[in-house]
Parts: sequence; structure tokens; C-alpha cells
Amino acid sequence: MILNMGPHHPSTHGVLRLLLEIDGENIVRIMPDIGYLHTGIEKTCEAKFYQQVVPLTDRIDYLCPLTNNLCYVLAVEKLLGLEIPPKAQWMRVMLNELTRINSHLVWLGTHALDIGAMTVFLYCFREREDILRLFEMVSGQRMMTSYFRIGGLALEPPLGFFERVQDFATRFPSKVDEYENLLTGNPIWGMRTKGVARITAEDAVALGASGPTLRGSGVDFDLRRDMPYSSYEKFKFRVPVSQDGDVFARYACRVAEMRESIAMVQQALDGMPEGPIKAVAPKVILPDREMMKTQMEALIYHFKIITEGFAVPAGEVYQAVESPRGEMGYYVVSDGTAKPYRVHMRSACLANLQALPTMCEGRLLADVVAAIGSIDIVLGEIDR
Amino acid sequence: MPLQPAITDLEELKNHPAVAKLLAWNPAAVEGAKFDRDEMSIYVERSSIRDACDLLRQNTDFPFNYLADITCVDWFPSEPRFEVVYHLLSHSKKERVRLKVRLDGSSPALDSVTPVWPAANYFEREVFDLYGVRFAGHPYLRRLLMPEDWEGHPLRKDYPVEGYR
Repeated sequence: MILNMGPHHPSTHGVLRLLLEIDGENIVRIMPDIGYLHTGIEKTCEAKFYQQVVPLTDRIDYLCPLTNNLCYVLAVEKLLGLEIPPKAQWMRVMLNELTRINSHLVWLGTHALDIGAMTVFLYCFREREDILRLFEMVSGQRMMTSYFRIGGLALEPPLGFFERVQDFATRFPSKVDEYENLLTGNPIWGMRTKGVARITAEDAVALGASGPTLRGSGVDFDLRRDMPYSSYEKFKFRVPVSQDGDVFARYACRVAEMRESIAMVQQALDGMPEGPIKAVAPKVILPDREMMKTQMEALIYHFKIITEGFAVPAGEVYQAVESPRGEMGYYVVSDGTAKPYRVHMRSACLANLQALPTMCEGRLLADVVAAIGSIDIVLGEIDR
Repeated sequence: MPLQPAITDLEELKNHPAVAKLLAWNPAAVEGAKFDRDEMSIYVERSSIRDACDLLRQNTDFPFNYLADITCVDWFPSEPRFEVVYHLLSHSKKERVRLKVRLDGSSPALDSVTPVWPAANYFEREVFDLYGVRFAGHPYLRRLLMPEDWEGHPLRKDYPVEGYR
């Protein structure tokens, strides 16, 4: 029998349609059908100036906007050959780790809700709200932050921001204990997740899986540690790896990642360098308002950047960052003009979704929901 | 860090593990190479892309075991019009390499790499959907993001940004 699941189904985390060929309760074949959220962002990017693409990157993956901002600006900065001051880099790391926690909290809440644990959802969204308030404080927006700019940051972090982050970083580890108290040792949670939707390391690599989906199968690879960017090499952290390759293994990886991330936020707070938040590149980076009002050149540059953008030397760059879901990559091609010739987003979810049939085929229908939750897909990023 | 000029001389780049491996296997398969902004690009001859990928994946000294991405760039109106771009990653050596295949604008087609990496399935379907490049030997070459009955390939440069009205 062919069963249609989605596109509007509460456990598909967006608009994912699955065609399930079933034999009784067992899955014979799964055919994912995607594209319902396709908005042509890659095409739109080609018609914008480089700096105008930053807000579009927020909208790809609405759970980790800052990670997408970072990946795009790193790619363009590499094309331009810009040197970013240390404070901006550390702020980027700190906000990225907060974003990772934010994304993992939404994942944990909805994943547990799918499997039937209601309380965790409420707990997770309580802490997520704190993080969104931090984002609002620093960037003015809760979700579509666009806080990273080509060459640095949009604004100085406001007064009292670091104290608020410190407050959160102190409180958060005990909250992770709360989630774990509800789930990790819970026999019902164990029965729904242990040994479910297994994938071997070889299959995960061959299918292009990345992030916790790959590390849950025992492949010890994390771009932050192995190919560091934005001064991640200055941070000390452990990369959680689990050998089992099942839903529980991926759960354990992500929960452990939350603990590592909050420790990195603490390191960033402790060692936050002083100095400017923007690189020195007047033709690329908008001048301060004060300079604009007092210096003729600054006003001219401001006018030129806003009206005609800035030319980027011809070339191509592939920049990947470790997003909460895996390898998020931006391939930016420049033809020497002020608009990108091609922007391609390598979506971690698209590759992870390919692993779903391997995980589920031959297993029970009820496990599909657990498997979808465990690969943590965001359909906005898959369809772009 | 000021930009260094790109190195495009194959002689200078022949010590790179991927270039060396491909040259030792079949010098005719390598059309050129470029080292720019710390990234290595190798132009591979159209008919040898699948074997080249297999070779780089199987290479025991320096395995590029992971296919990160496949995409395409349209250089309309110049010819060869399309460049299909493969990003390979080596988990053990922590190194990336980019393979590129140039294709003519009229009925662009090349071999699918799905036998080498099953991961190529969706990536190639996406390129087919948005650029109209056909992959021979792909198990299920259907549109991925656009509706089944869509006409045209939206990411081609001669396709208007607002679409046809």
C-alpha cells in the first residue's frame, strides 16, 4: 500500500511530503517529495548587491540565521581578501554557539513532542525565548538577525549585553540537566529511540550526511575543529561522537553539543578582545554615522556603497561552516562586478534527508516520525 | 591578507595530491587546474568525471571520501556554457578539492556520479531541475524543487529573475 504523509503533517517540521510504501506496519520504501518551500533564493541573490544578500541568508534556515549570515560573509570576505578584527570574530563565535543552542532547543522540543513527551517542549521554549531576547538586544531582531556584515558586525553590542549573556551562560547548564532528567533515563524515551533508525558510518558518509547525523554514527568530524574558521581554533571544546548510529545516539550528540556550546560562550565572554568590530576597508564597509557627518570621503563611500555596491575581484570560493545541522556551505562566484554571479547554498538538511530512506526502510511506520525528528531537518533550507 | 594571484600553471600544481593522482592515471583527463584563494580547482574532461571521482575516492593515501556538493554555473552567452562543479572533502586529511566539468550549451550532458556516491542523487537532480543538465546513468532523474510540469530551467542566465509572465 502507498501511504501519503504530508505535506501538512505536524511531525514533518515544515512542508515535507513522504510517499511511504508499506507492507502492513513495515516500511518497504520511502520517497521524499520536496520543493514546497522553494522560493528561488539562489536566483534572487544574483540580482542583488553583495551586501543585500545578507538578509536573504537569514530566511534560508530560520532556526540558525546567524550561522547562515556567518557562512555567507566569510565566503565574500575570502573573495575580497579582508582581515576581520578579533573582537568581531569572537562575537561571531559567541553568537553562533548561542544560535546552535537555540536551534538544538527547538529540535529537542519538537522531536520530543513528536514522540510524545510534551513537557520537554515547554522547557526548551522557555530557554529559547531567553536566547531570542539576547538576539533582539544585540541585533534588533529576534529571528531574522542579519547581524553579521561583510567586513565585521553591524553594530557594537549594546551596554549590558555581555552581562545578560553571562547570566544566561550561568543558568543554562542546569537547564540541560532538566531536559536530560526528563528524557535520557526515561524508559519510554529509550524504547522509542534506542536501536531505531540505525545508519552505519559508511552509509552516512556515502549519503553525504553531516553534523550530528554523521557523528551519531561514529564519524569524528566537525568543521569547527578540523577546518576552523572565524578563530574557532582558539577555543577549547570536545566534539561529542556516538557509535550507535540510532535516534538516541543523535539525541545524545546534540545534548552534549549544547553543553559544549555554552562552555564556548563562556570562553568567548571571558576572553572577548577589545578593539574595532569592523575591518579597515572603506570601499566595502559603511562608515560610522559620525564620520559620515564630518568627513567628505566617508560620505562619498557611503553613497557609492549604497547606490552601486562594491566590486568584488573575480573568482570563486566555497566556504563551509558547521551549522547545527551539519555542513552548511556557500559557493560564491564573482565575475568582478558588484553583484554575485552565482550563490549556491550547500544545504546540510538536503543531504541528511537522503539518509532517511536508508534509516527507515524495513522498519515500523511509527519509527518514521522519530527518524525525521532525529535528522533535524528545516525545510526552508532544503528547498531554498 | 592581500589577495595572491591565482596559479593556473599545471606544472606548478602537479604536486597537489589530487592533481598528481589524476595525472598519473590519465593526463588527458586533466584539462587544467587553478589554485586561487587557498582553494584547488581541477578541470576534468567531460567523459572521465565518473572515473576521476572514483579514483579520488578510492585513493588510499589521500582519500577524498566525501562528496560535499554538486552545483552548476551558467556562463551564458559564452561557450562552453555550463560548468558543473563538484566539491570533494577528505575527512581524514581535512582537505577540499573542487572538480569542474565544462559543458556546451546545446543539450548539456555528462555521466552521473551516483554509482560512486549515492549522495549525488539529490544534488544532480537539483542541477538537472534548475539548469537542465542531464546526468547519464542517474537512477531517478526527475525535477527536485520545481513542479513536475514546470517549463524551463530557472537558474539559467537567460531565464528572467521574475520568471515568464
